Amino acid sequence: MRLISRRARYLLGLATLALVVAPLIFVKGQYGGSDDQGSAAVAASRPGFHPWFEPIWKPPSPEIESLLFALQAAIGAGTIGYVVGRIHGAAKEREAQNNKKASPTDVAT
Amino acid sequence: MHIMEGFLPPSHCIAWGAASAPFLVHGAVKLRRVMREHPQARLTLAASGAFTFVLSALKMPSVTGSCSHPTGTGLGAVLFGPPVMAILGAIVLLFQALLLAHGGITTLGANIFSMAIVGPWVSYGLWRLCTSMGLSMAIGVFVGAAVGDWATYITTSVQLALAYPDAASGFTGAFLKFAGVFALTQVPLAIAEGFLTVLVMNALSEKTQVLEDLGLVRGRP
Repeated sequence: MRLISRRARYLLGLATLALVVAPLIFVKGQYGGSDDQGSAAVAASRPGFHPWFEPIWKPPSPEIESLLFALQAAIGAGTIGYVVGRIHGAAKEREAQNNKKASPTDVAT
Repeated sequence: MHIMEGFLPPSHCIAWGAASAPFLVHGAVKLRRVMREHPQARLTLAASGAFTFVLSALKMPSVTGSCSHPTGTGLGAVLFGPPVMAILGAIVLLFQALLLAHGGITTLGANIFSMAIVGPWVSYGLWRLCTSMGLSMAIGVFVGAAVGDWATYITTSVQLALAYPDAASGFTGAFLKFAGVFALTQVPLAIAEGFLTVLVMNALSEKTQVLEDLGLVRGRP
């Protein structure tokens, strides 16, 4: 079942892009992570605060960390692309077979 | 919305873990049933898990001048139900806690509760509400995914405020402070997630009968 028209699809894609790009153009900021700001707010409200447990393993550098984040996104995006491709491929095949069945020569016999 | 390793007192870690556990058990049972009863939907299930995997890795800029990430749990919550998302969300959070030092093992229960339980249930509930009111599938999915994303961050604010109430203004003051960090930043990102969820669900369903097979819409008459 189709949820939205082809035109709505382009509009939604553009709107999504605009929502993410607009802040970069119009708002000056540090663009730090809100997760870290949350942790900082905890530390600020409790002077001398120390987390009582440390991560067992930390990416050794920001480069390795961004590598792992990129890997996570790539695995996810790759899977979605694979699934959508397979679904659409299967639909095309079904369509082709239906057309063959419904071809005039078959109907005549 | 990730609460970092060691940032919740041990008693809170245990309490949120205990609160999440029954949802995970329920989710595991439901997940097995979905795989058994809808083998043809396995690809769609993989895509739903992949969607939350991608989106929770993307930290995107917001109007407040800081970055945050969407959750991507609305898609699977609508398609397969919130219990299934509890499992898929927990897998993503575990991956990030172990390999990225993002979130944590001690705070896993609390993070599962906000991202993999509250978010999906809010998404699912609002989607049901919208479609039962006669609104279109697309609008229901958009509202569900967007508000579910936002509700996840509100839950995180509640969790932090419960653990660290303000000396003067108590829970409410602390909640407003943490919500000030999370909730406003999340608004445009939640809307973007709503749009993206509609696009991906459309891509998964426009050439197939998956929505009919899963009982989300009535089959063709």
